[in-house]
Amino acid sequence: MFLTFDGLSRGAVYAAFALALVLIWRATRIVNFAQGAMAVATAYAGFEVSAATGSYWLGFAVAIAAGLILGAVTERVVMRFVDHSSPLNGVVVALGLVLVIQGGLGMIFGSEFRPAEAPFSRDAFTVGGVALLSRFDLFVFAAVGIVVVLLALLFTRTHTGLRMRAAAFAPDVSRLLGVNVSGMLTLGWALAAAVGSLAGMLVLPTELGLHPNAMDIVFVSSFTAAVVGGLDSAIGSVLGGLIVGLLLSYVSGYLGATVAPIAVLILLVVVLLGRPGGLFSRSAARTV
Amino acid sequence: MSGKMKIATIVAGVAVVVVLTLVFPPFRTYQLATVGAYLCVTAGLTVLTGLNGQLSLGHGALMATGAYTLALSVNAGWPLTAAFAAALVVTTVIGGVVGLAAARLRGPYLAGLTLAVAVVVPAITSTFDGTFNSDQGLSVALEPPPGTVTVEQWQAWLAWGAALIVLVLLQLLIGGRFGRELKAVRDDETAARLAGVGVARTQVLAFVVSAACAGIGGALFAVLAQSVSPGAFPLSLSLFLVMAIVIGGLGSLAGAAWGAVLLVALPALAHTVTEGIDAQRLEGNLPLALFGVTLIVVMLAAPGGIAALRPFKRSPFKRSPFTKAGLRPLRKRSKA
Repeated sequence: MFLTFDGLSRGAVYAAFALALVLIWRATRIVNFAQGAMAVATAYAGFEVSAATGSYWLGFAVAIAAGLILGAVTERVVMRFVDHSSPLNGVVVALGLVLVIQGGLGMIFGSEFRPAEAPFSRDAFTVGGVALLSRFDLFVFAAVGIVVVLLALLFTRTHTGLRMRAAAFAPDVSRLLGVNVSGMLTLGWALAAAVGSLAGMLVLPTELGLHPNAMDIVFVSSFTAAVVGGLDSAIGSVLGGLIVGLLLSYVSGYLGATVAPIAVLILLVVVLLGRPGGLFSRSAARTV
Repeated sequence: MSGKMKIATIVAGVAVVVVLTLVFPPFRTYQLATVGAYLCVTAGLTVLTGLNGQLSLGHGALMATGAYTLALSVNAGWPLTAAFAAALVVTTVIGGVVGLAAARLRGPYLAGLTLAVAVVVPAITSTFDGTFNSDQGLSVALEPPPGTVTVEQWQAWLAWGAALIVLVLLQLLIGGRFGRELKAVRDDETAARLAGVGVARTQVLAFVVSAACAGIGGALFAVLAQSVSPGAFPLSLSLFLVMAIVIGGLGSLAGAAWGAVLLVALPALAHTVTEGIDAQRLEGNLPLALFGVTLIVVMLAAPGGIAALRPFKRSPFKRSPFTKAGLRPLRKRSKA
């Protein structure tokens, strides 16, 4: 029971992170392999501010804002100039970003683990002697839930969201119709990076702490989540995140924490070979 | 250059390196040996990524496979040649398994899967810590080299001997029909299939060849360091390898050689720069950042890499109308 709630809580974070991947994938057909490193960078900024001011929430806000800015800058300065004729180019450039960010963080903050404080107690409530979930888990659910709802509203109910979808779906036509396509791309990256930062702020207190490579495993788990749900499906990525979270939680609980990455790899292989479009994908023609 | 010329160049290059090992001080010789070991891996990876269009972020893990196999067999009392053969066989098999999966995947999916393979190495070593001894790793007890040869020279000769074999075999392989099939599959799968090329077969074969090279390279690293541990094969190693072949020049063995040199030279350079100032944090992280910046700049500005930057020669990518279709850098590929 505790494992289930723990898994759902972790899964919520993976869902948010996978959602960030899906946002960028849908807009630009790039899987942002630098997402993890970007999230760590903004988390460093956030926790630095928290440590300096003593206020967790100020640091939290700074991390999200840093995510917005970093995402926009990444799009404007680097990703915009990537040639999209081969899908490899975007991946390779993102890998370059990973190296830059991890190297930069290591130079500024050093490569040792730093503590990342949680704003709420991580001690679980007990109901009838059974540990269920902690205040922090509730906070994670609430934060991720709010983000998912806000994004859904943005994309389905606002003009900006409509423009973003149009820019991703048919860039040339949208441009002719007066949509600022490049602006929409920048906005998409900024939003995605901010969601990634949120996920980073939520997941780091439950892991070992702040470290330049802290999100590597989280990235792989979230990529798996996004693939399980289908890279094209926002709802799928949320469900995929929960599935991966539960799987990880059960595997670490029953078989030991070291087996968890292997379980993720197996899940990824099985889904990619069985249903490469994701478990929740509609039928789609394979492009050659 | 014709195929024979290229092989002659490879042999001459290796001969020069062997002569250098006789005059260099031990540390430089050791660095040369490291270049040789990296060269085995980058040469295999550039065939896979540059010529066949499959991006693998998991070659660090394949190197780890080779290294651990060598360590286990040497410690079981096998002679060094048998241990190398074992490393080759095991990585070939693992490469075949990953390659079978890879042949069904494209672009970012393949990158994500191989990334997961790279990340999972420490988890495997600590799950089966009875065999792999977790984070501590294994030490490799080598017999002393014959005669008056120093350890570094012996290591360098081993590494460059292996690099010579790998390069010549790869050159023979990509200079012939298989090389053309690789490029055909990379450029247009449908057209390749119509022309009678087995797409999946070619992709799996490319992965297997590349994995075997990575296994040899990994085994050499075990010999060089005389130990193996998961810390020696982090995710950044796999990223470095990709970086090396992209900066060197995708799809050419000369590019792989440049990349291998860079992999050794850049950290050494960063080390000399940071040596004077007391900057512990720069150590190791500066090369990381340098690699990243170089990678991005090269990707955006000169996707042909170092091997394509030859001032007196027209780019090999534009030599004749016949090679034009095949040997273009990734960036210039037409939209499928």
